[in-house]
Amino acid sequence: MNAQDFAVSLVYVGYALAVLLTFGAILTWVERKQAAIMSDRIGANRAYVRIPFTNVKLIWLGLFHGMADGLKLLLKEDFKPKAYDQLAYTLGPWLAIVPVLLVFAVVPFGGVLNPGLLFPGLADWFGGRTYSMQIAPIDAGLLIVFAFSGISIIGAMLAGWSSANKFSLLGALRAGSQLISYELVMGLTVLGIVLVFGTVNLSSLVNQQSGVVLGFLPAWGIVYQPFAAVLFMIAGIAENKRIPFDLPEAESELISGYFTEYSAMKQGVFMLSEFIEIAIIGALFVTLFLGGYNLPFMNDAGFTFPGGSVVPLSHGWVVVIQLLTFLGKVFLLCSFQILVRWTLPRFRWDQLLRFAWRFLLPLSIINLVVTAGVLWAQA
Amino acid sequence: MSNRKPYVRKQYWNEPTMGWYERSYLFEVVRGLAITGGVFLRNMGKWMSGRKGALTSYYPEETRADYAPGNRGKHILTMRPDGRPQCVACNMCATVCPAQVIEIDGAFDPDDPSHPKYPSRFEIDYSRCIFCGLCVEACPEDAIRMMKETPDLPGPDRHQMWLGKEELLNWQPRQDVAKPYPAAPGSDAGARRHEP
Repeated sequence: MNAQDFAVSLVYVGYALAVLLTFGAILTWVERKQAAIMSDRIGANRAYVRIPFTNVKLIWLGLFHGMADGLKLLLKEDFKPKAYDQLAYTLGPWLAIVPVLLVFAVVPFGGVLNPGLLFPGLADWFGGRTYSMQIAPIDAGLLIVFAFSGISIIGAMLAGWSSANKFSLLGALRAGSQLISYELVMGLTVLGIVLVFGTVNLSSLVNQQSGVVLGFLPAWGIVYQPFAAVLFMIAGIAENKRIPFDLPEAESELISGYFTEYSAMKQGVFMLSEFIEIAIIGALFVTLFLGGYNLPFMNDAGFTFPGGSVVPLSHGWVVVIQLLTFLGKVFLLCSFQILVRWTLPRFRWDQLLRFAWRFLLPLSIINLVVTAGVLWAQA
Repeated sequence: MSNRKPYVRKQYWNEPTMGWYERSYLFEVVRGLAITGGVFLRNMGKWMSGRKGALTSYYPEETRADYAPGNRGKHILTMRPDGRPQCVACNMCATVCPAQVIEIDGAFDPDDPSHPKYPSRFEIDYSRCIFCGLCVEACPEDAIRMMKETPDLPGPDRHQMWLGKEELLNWQPRQDVAKPYPAAPGSDAGARRHEP
């Protein structure tokens, strides 16, 4: 790795962290506001920032409620249970949030970047190098995603086990079995996509989705694999432990599940990781099924419409459109997940596992077999 | 133990009947999402086009249009034309008050022969008031009334929820126009302010 690569990587990491943490913070507000609008209410509207020395109060539709919550969590007393396993208890929140952040490392958030073309002053220094907009351009991208989301199970289990609380323990057990079940479903649904595109490299996966299928449809994963898309979304929401799959932290039964005994910012980290994971699920869904960072019929050179007309775009415009498209798609999917969360009631525990093992798993296996059969017949 | 009958779940008359359509769950989920998503889009469209997309209100700044006109809200003390309270400190409201939240200290004003008795202190404890309106009914002078609005009632603690005479007179000043009040002899009525 030379200096140029290092600089580009630093910029990517900064961008990814900024995007993820912003999503985490904004989604707390979006969740409250969208829930309010869905139920004919106004929603968060009181927290304000007063411009110093004036009487001007900025409310901005309640955007500052997230800031107020964060500030409260930072300043709260860090109350710990008396009998707890100190190491595991402290590791819990970190193991919950770090894998979630790491998953984004392999998700491509833009096409190929040519910094020399973008900033002519740096053209000599970069010397025509190009970088795909992805922190870690690894061939095994999809496998990394599953490896890291497997680690986050350990975070939940550790947190529940170490806090010496029966509710936490029950929540941790539920989290463990639920995550393992739905991880399996998720893996099997994604296998269909892997079969269709023949790769687990996420950026090549997205590149292949910029074409056209049947003459007019964008060649997105959701066109090839509509059932897999639905199953992946269900499994993704279950992975994220959100309603209707929020049994590990079911308030009415387990207080707060595996993070009952966490307070202050440790609990805040769990919440933040949940909200970031909404964005991660959205990003994965976009990458696998919705053509990633490209608009329909778009690739790194510009638009190629089905009629054969080509609209070439300059490199700067392509980069901007790709970044914005990716963020917009991810935001729409986050909004959809919030819609699901405020619409459906919670499962019962046995229903949850039955749904995974007797409904989703057979369906995903059928989907895989049919896909393999069709591909074999075509080949 | 052995003669105990096994538990049999009770069959209710309105037991839900579900066909394969409801049982398969996914279709009904989509229907639910369509309903909530439709409501979201409708309300969002209203907000976007500058209308109000909610049934609730920004409470203290905005009161509901269908606030009942006879709502028993915050009390006022009516004034005489010269701005002094119409109250004669007869203590009937304090006596009838079931929550016993009204405290009145009567005082004597020798300069005002037509209205010699007046309240030097008139306080209501809103942390205990039950808004029954009996004080209004008991008052022989129409000196205490209840407005339909309830502004600024909450307080940070119970000691700050006492309302004094000044606020009762002034938060929404009203005069009793039905009762013509003779001016105090030898004084220009209205110019004279009350000196406790």
